[in-house]
Amino acid sequence: MPAPAIETSGLDVGYPGRRSAVTVISGLELTVEAGTFLSILGPSGCGKSTFLRVVADLLAPLAGTIRVMGETPSAVRSGRGVGFVFQDSTLLPWRTARANVRLPIQVGRRSLSRMIDDRADELLELVGLSAFGERLPHQLSGGQRQRLAIARALLGEPRLLLMDEPFGALDEITRDRLNDELLNLWRRTGTTVLFVTHSIAEAVYLGQRVIVLAAHPGRIVADHDLRPLKGPDNSCSREDPAIVAAMARMRSALGAAS
Amino acid sequence: MNRGSLSLFAQTVLPILGAGSLILAWQVLLPLAGVPAYIVPTPTAIAGVFARNGSLLLSNLWPTAIEAFSGFVLGNLAAVLLAIVFVHSRTLQAAYFPVVLFFNTIPVLALAPVVILIFGLGMLPKIVIAAVICFFPTLINMIRGLESASPSEHELFRVLSATRWEIFWRLRLPRALPMLFASLRIASATAVIGAIVGEWIGSDKGLGALIIQATFNYQSDRLYAAIVLSSLLSIGLFMTVVAAERWSVRYR
Repeated sequence: MPAPAIETSGLDVGYPGRRSAVTVISGLELTVEAGTFLSILGPSGCGKSTFLRVVADLLAPLAGTIRVMGETPSAVRSGRGVGFVFQDSTLLPWRTARANVRLPIQVGRRSLSRMIDDRADELLELVGLSAFGERLPHQLSGGQRQRLAIARALLGEPRLLLMDEPFGALDEITRDRLNDELLNLWRRTGTTVLFVTHSIAEAVYLGQRVIVLAAHPGRIVADHDLRPLKGPDNSCSREDPAIVAAMARMRSALGAAS
Repeated sequence: MNRGSLSLFAQTVLPILGAGSLILAWQVLLPLAGVPAYIVPTPTAIAGVFARNGSLLLSNLWPTAIEAFSGFVLGNLAAVLLAIVFVHSRTLQAAYFPVVLFFNTIPVLALAPVVILIFGLGMLPKIVIAAVICFFPTLINMIRGLESASPSEHELFRVLSATRWEIFWRLRLPRALPMLFASLRIASATAVIGAIVGEWIGSDKGLGALIIQATFNYQSDRLYAAIVLSSLLSIGLFMTVVAAERWSVRYR
């Protein structure tokens, strides 16, 4: 049995304030199996992004424990175990598409950076941007920029991919297409994915498991295992009545909590 | 602004026609209006000075050019280095930024005699004045530029466990360049002002000295020629900055 991708106990998440800390989620108990595609669904302010930042060691937990693949978040981060995709693509505008994807092998502990192969061209191909390697970010569409951000996050072959509303700013058509592409990438790489979104449809379509968070205080109000509906390859149709019913259940869970 | 509708030809020719028409009006209308030549000489009279006194003008241009350029380089370099220190040390910034802020409120004209007292009458005091005048705007812009990377950009570098040096070199510095160049463009004009002001207070060489001498001797055509040269000097420095910006900030 490999260690769970995430294991928390009594975890308090929030921001350390000047006088007193602001707690966003308190007493989080969550275990996520390795290899899972987990959707984290919730309204703004429920602490879903803040939780991702604790997993990525961008923020220290206020209380409680968290283990990421059996290690501390900081050990995982400095070992290049995580890839992070932000809501805004966070591409460096002065770098070409290929140079942006290569950033992870140019910074960080030299010894680690050298161990990672330069798979930039392979990854550009994987996200369908091989013809755009020399373009600058402002010459790409919003969808292309997010694909590039995903390619960059995958360069270090992370065991854990954290995605913070990566498609939130895209139109629905592009978003649906990128959802399918993301599922294909996940099937190929077998990485654990924590996908934060406030779209019920997106959470259900992508996740093998969906946890629903409510705000004030942030807490888990529903936890759905969708694997019985979707099978091992985690595929489904958006029109499937069982999937539609799952969406309705989550909508009511969100409604009851607010 | 609907500038896009003008053809490239019109964009090049129209400014030349505009300036040309004003110079022509100056040449023809001013004498007709009875403005005496010792107040405003005609453009042809000023051009005549360039033809007759070319070597005098040139021998006064060089000192000012060297002072302005050296002051530009020194002042901006010091500002960039101090901005880097301030951005990396909150303690030093808290301790010394107010001092710098106070220093900036002293008018350069008031400070210039002190600089001359300290550094004598050679080129050095003019360089110092030009440097001081460039320093502050670049310091402010450079601090803001180095702080302008977004929180998610900083988070990205932290996820990658980037070192401080890597964050500086690959994130903060490239982010700061557009703002740095904005202040360098302004400094290209102010450095020349600093050099000329320095020459006014104590010098027998340079465009500033030439301006003072020409004024007291009622040599208006020579005065105007010196003004034109000062302006050309600023333009030369400005164009150099623009070329450097085009070369280093290519993503705009």
